[in-house]
Amino acid sequence: MAQDPPPTREPNDVTVAPDGRPMEEQPRWRQDFAIDWPHDQFVARRDFAKFLVLTSGAFVVGQTWIAAKSLVRHRAAAPARKRIGALSAILPGSAVMFAYPHEHDACLLIRLADGKLLAYSQKCTHLACAVVPKLDEGILLCPCHNGIFDLATGRNVAGPPPRPLPVIELEVVGDDIFAVAVTERTV
Amino acid sequence: MPVPQHLEFFVDPRRCIGCKACVEACTECDTHRGESMIHLEYVDRSTSVQTVPVVCMHCEQPTCAEVCPADAIKRTDDGVVQSARKPRCISCGNCVVACPFGVPELYIDRAIMMKCDMCYDRTSVGKKPMCATVCPSQALFFGTRDEIRALRPQSTPSNTFRFGGQTITTRVNVMVPKQPETPAHIDVTAAMEERPRARSVRLPMIDSRDPFAEVKV
Repeated sequence: MAQDPPPTREPNDVTVAPDGRPMEEQPRWRQDFAIDWPHDQFVARRDFAKFLVLTSGAFVVGQTWIAAKSLVRHRAAAPARKRIGALSAILPGSAVMFAYPHEHDACLLIRLADGKLLAYSQKCTHLACAVVPKLDEGILLCPCHNGIFDLATGRNVAGPPPRPLPVIELEVVGDDIFAVAVTERTV
Repeated sequence: MPVPQHLEFFVDPRRCIGCKACVEACTECDTHRGESMIHLEYVDRSTSVQTVPVVCMHCEQPTCAEVCPADAIKRTDDGVVQSARKPRCISCGNCVVACPFGVPELYIDRAIMMKCDMCYDRTSVGKKPMCATVCPSQALFFGTRDEIRALRPQSTPSNTFRFGGQTITTRVNVMVPKQPETPAHIDVTAAMEERPRARSVRLPMIDSRDPFAEVKV
């Protein structure tokens, strides 16, 4: 019995473009969007090296940018000392709002029941919603996504906030309360 | 693991008895969740009960992949044209229109084209496709050339098809009779031109006042 022709040819040699010309004469897109899975998944060493160099280069640029920004921020002059209110006007167990260092930077001045003064930026470190002091629960609550900060330290204890609230350094001279500095913390 | 090259699919439409076992078996598969990837087509339902099981022929020059604008249809190196890649398919339906065998189907509700992939989950681990496993008349056969030669001495497998000017070779074979002579290729479009012998048909008229009105075609 005559032997049948080989059933199928080598799959990698099979792909023939509709115009019938060999793959070398085909436009570049036909090689880039090959029908055969092995060709489609093939990554050349040169392409991979290019990807590595460009990606790590982008990381280097990004890190340099962050370092430069941080340097500029540290060199900037400390915000001016600002009087934010009278001590006698704030009852123990209450909180008032003030703006520091600029007029749109909302902050919270909290006087605990034992008379201790605390001040934090009111801007949640997650998505900048205004946090609400819950003095009886000992927390600062961000209602947008249920982020919770510890009242005594301003640290993020629950929810999405990634960093503690910035602390406003206070100074009490007689009956006057002054805000003197903003301390941003990363952990 | 690729499908072994010595195992091939042989479709013998003349042996099809239209029992739809293949359709039911295909529907049960979990990889395409209750949809049958094999179609059972009637050749000419008004004159014949002959049915044809339609599986993907796994072309060596797949027209569906050629026309896919999203680059979603790929062929693995064992010659199996895979179903549309889910992250890429935009359900445009180009492949449905282009496929000369009418295999791909569009599932608009889930925005994807799905087609027969020769049960890649089974054949790639050495099992037979589900339809070939259940077919009672062996119209769908999966095995070696030697097996089919011994089983079908009257027929010979052919995998060359002609559609007008387009010649297609496929991984799946169709059994063609050796008598009177084995054709070099199967001319599909020429077969479509063939008409059954002239016979008149009476059709009822819809928009007539007479409920028994008929027209003779």
